[in-house]
Amino acid sequence: MKAVDTQTRAGWTRAPSGDGALEDDALQLAEEVVERAIGIGATEAEALVQVEDSALTRFANSEIHQNVAESNRSVNLRFVVGKRIAVLSTARTDEEGLRTLVRRASGVARSCEEYDEWAGLPTPDDSPRRPAVPAWSPATAEATPEFRADAVRAVIAAADAAGVAAYGSFSTGVEAVAIANSRGIRAAERRSSAHLLTVHMSPDGGNGYAEDLSMDASTIDAAGLGREAATKARASDNAIGLPPGDYPVVLEEYAVVDITDMLGYLGFSALAVQEGRSFVEPGKRIASDLVTVIDDGADPAGLPMAFDYEGVAKQRVTMLEAGICRDVVYDAQTAARDGRRSTGHGLPAPNPYGPFPLNTVMSPGTSSREELVGGLERGLLVTRFHYTNPVHPKLAIITGMTRDGTFLVEGGELVGPVRNLRYTQSYLDALAGVSAVGSSRKTVRGFLGGAVVPAVRIDAWTFTGATEH
Amino acid sequence: MRDLTDRALDTADSLGATYADVRIVSRRDESISVKTGRVEGVAMGESEGFGVRVLVDGAWGFAASHRLELDEADRVAGLAVRIARASATALRNQVTLDDRPPASGTYETPVEEDPFKIPIARKIDDLVAADRAASSVKGVAFTESIYAATRESKTFAASDGSYTEQTTTHVGGAVEANAIDGDELQRRSYPDAGGGYRAAGYEYIRSLDLAGRAEGLAEEAVALLTAPQCPPGRRTIVLDPSQLYMQVHESCGHPSELDRVFGTEASYAGTSFLTTDKLESGFRYGSDLVTIVADATAPGGMGTFGWDDEGVAAEAVPLVKDGIFVGYLSSRETAPRIGRGSGGAMRADGWNRIPLIRMTNVNMLPVPGMSLDEIVADTDDGLYLANNRSWSIDDRRLNFQFSTEVAYEIKGGKKGRLFRNATYTGITYEFWRSCDAVGDERSFVMLGTPNCGKGEPVQTAHVGHAVSGARFRDVQVGVGKW
Repeated sequence: MKAVDTQTRAGWTRAPSGDGALEDDALQLAEEVVERAIGIGATEAEALVQVEDSALTRFANSEIHQNVAESNRSVNLRFVVGKRIAVLSTARTDEEGLRTLVRRASGVARSCEEYDEWAGLPTPDDSPRRPAVPAWSPATAEATPEFRADAVRAVIAAADAAGVAAYGSFSTGVEAVAIANSRGIRAAERRSSAHLLTVHMSPDGGNGYAEDLSMDASTIDAAGLGREAATKARASDNAIGLPPGDYPVVLEEYAVVDITDMLGYLGFSALAVQEGRSFVEPGKRIASDLVTVIDDGADPAGLPMAFDYEGVAKQRVTMLEAGICRDVVYDAQTAARDGRRSTGHGLPAPNPYGPFPLNTVMSPGTSSREELVGGLERGLLVTRFHYTNPVHPKLAIITGMTRDGTFLVEGGELVGPVRNLRYTQSYLDALAGVSAVGSSRKTVRGFLGGAVVPAVRIDAWTFTGATEH
Repeated sequence: MRDLTDRALDTADSLGATYADVRIVSRRDESISVKTGRVEGVAMGESEGFGVRVLVDGAWGFAASHRLELDEADRVAGLAVRIARASATALRNQVTLDDRPPASGTYETPVEEDPFKIPIARKIDDLVAADRAASSVKGVAFTESIYAATRESKTFAASDGSYTEQTTTHVGGAVEANAIDGDELQRRSYPDAGGGYRAAGYEYIRSLDLAGRAEGLAEEAVALLTAPQCPPGRRTIVLDPSQLYMQVHESCGHPSELDRVFGTEASYAGTSFLTTDKLESGFRYGSDLVTIVADATAPGGMGTFGWDDEGVAAEAVPLVKDGIFVGYLSSRETAPRIGRGSGGAMRADGWNRIPLIRMTNVNMLPVPGMSLDEIVADTDDGLYLANNRSWSIDDRRLNFQFSTEVAYEIKGGKKGRLFRNATYTGITYEFWRSCDAVGDERSFVMLGTPNCGKGEPVQTAHVGHAVSGARFRDVQVGVGKW
């Protein structure tokens, strides 16, 4: 197998990330699989190789109860014969494993019906590339079980100091992602992520939450997160019941991510638009002019990624600009259907769910946290949501619960904690009612990727039920 | 396999592990997706690897690898021990395991037609026929039909001499039609939007007769566009098995997981209102008609196996008996804390995940007397709700809200007109206490889900639920602003 010439190959996309050996090996494997597929008759072929080393330390009742690590490697082959397509994957990358993979893929593809809309695998993009952003941190790659345990002990120490118990997890991981296809796409990148979250629970019924997500594990302030959750847990002790109804709310960042992700899932996907199940129409106002949401794989505040799972360079896509729908995200197939190029938002094939914004970024506003809360005459401060689910996808009506700290605010001041409430709320109506946006943002975990979001104040939120805690 | 399991166990022992187990798992899966009459994806996958779990200084460590090689067994066992020692630095209570006899033997899912031996073209033809029947109905915007099969072969060995080999086969399929008019989007699916699943072979897919049911459900999706909004109020509701199994899953299955009760899921999906004092006090979970059992021996259930992932033999564990809360889903670590032995509910999502307490087949037992049809006939004024559309429950599994694809009005004992966008909500124990009729054996059917999420890293489990349908009184229907 010849070495990959990373400087001259057409379609090459690679972010600066260390010595490159891990992703180069992955790309070589992807190229080999593509060559094997073409060699036995594929008219097009694409190989996605993912090599992962990850670990997670989980704690509950202020002690570590689960501590795991894994090494994994997989090959995903899209084998095309004319317009007949099969996708096969394997973890076996020895000679016999690869030979079996392509032989079986060939047999399955030839058994399939033609996909009459097939537009072909993506081709290299000639447009100027955006500057590559590092997606990998050596500190994350070097994170040891002892490093994670140190961080967990810091979280627990903050809980102990407040007389509460800590429950959470600290994960660190690196992966090499490489994609090669027979039309010239070559993409490889090393990515890392670290994620610490904690729920603190007080003996007096209070709960608090804190979370941070970063490419670089060394930037996560475990003690600070522990203190944030502990303070919230104690502040929410002895909560009282509040009748359901319409209340203005301030949603902290941990809650806002559910709105941006849910709208990405339900609406800002080209497939959702093409199937008629999206609420998005270009130029249509669906939110307050304070709301701008983009998807940007190059934002260093999030979890950067240079390309999608089809090897297409990620474009910055403005989904909502000052409250107005601008664009949706595309993969290769949905883009071809609309006569345009993929925006680099494809997921691994086969993907009946369509493209997805993995790097959501919501623009900050100008309000401090005090100003957000200070603007509530009588309303609720909500830390986060729990178990949300669409009740009506096209109207973006979602139900879910509040969790880990819900507070009554009167005259712009926190009055005290209230028991958790259920809501049944159109997220579109909610965004239309955004009256202030926080000036600072947090990076938090979304459905599939990382999101950078501020807190917001919303004029009305419909709570439809209550629970006992 | 023995070479590798022996090597991993020996290495763990030599490094100081007081207990170790190893699972070698190979998984094969295939899926077909058809959308609006067009084959959207045909996928097959294979995954293979092993995981080593150790107890050192009273703390757990786990490591896994895809490389099935002896030197890798040494590395992974060594890493698991190192991780356990790191865990021990933040430990307040040492782990102890209950005793169980060493496990030995084999288990295999009974299969009549091996799904992996049927030509892919035949399976595609079956699915395309169903999907095209649905998409041919005027007014349908798009359709989606799925088929999936999974076979998992697992070798389990433990330092107490246990050694078992198991092969399970699960299949599933569904057809779904969606109709759109303006802002209104209505879906009907059969047997379930996520798919009807069984531990079985392709004979189960044939028995579903997806093509035969497709046209009718598509017509109903279109009819829902012009159906009235389901009116809000306190109503009598009859839940079809396609909805009742989700109610059991969320409001009985999950809160009965003993690790959740002890807080180890608190940071993800939450805890449970079914605290251990409720077991001691005989908490009334539901009416006298409500009996729920976690049965890992139930035929056809996706939670059926020979031994769990700690080597505990499959058994049927009562959770609720005649309305009284009587037991938990449990493990060798958690069960001794309530003075019981493990109920055998530890299951891992593949070789690279640690076992967690998961549902097996959490079944609501039928009650002799009335069929589901007779329950409808016995209902003067109510709603018949079928096929889950949306689900949500709070972090202690008390306040729930579900919506269903369809509601049929019941008047004078007969099912009548359709309502759309039906929702209902309540508090778990109040809801189950309001159950005043449960269907008998005639409608008792094994259902389940292949997508039960739990844990960090997230694991998805295949779980079964056999139910027969039931009636509930004075339930809040119709939630939110429409």
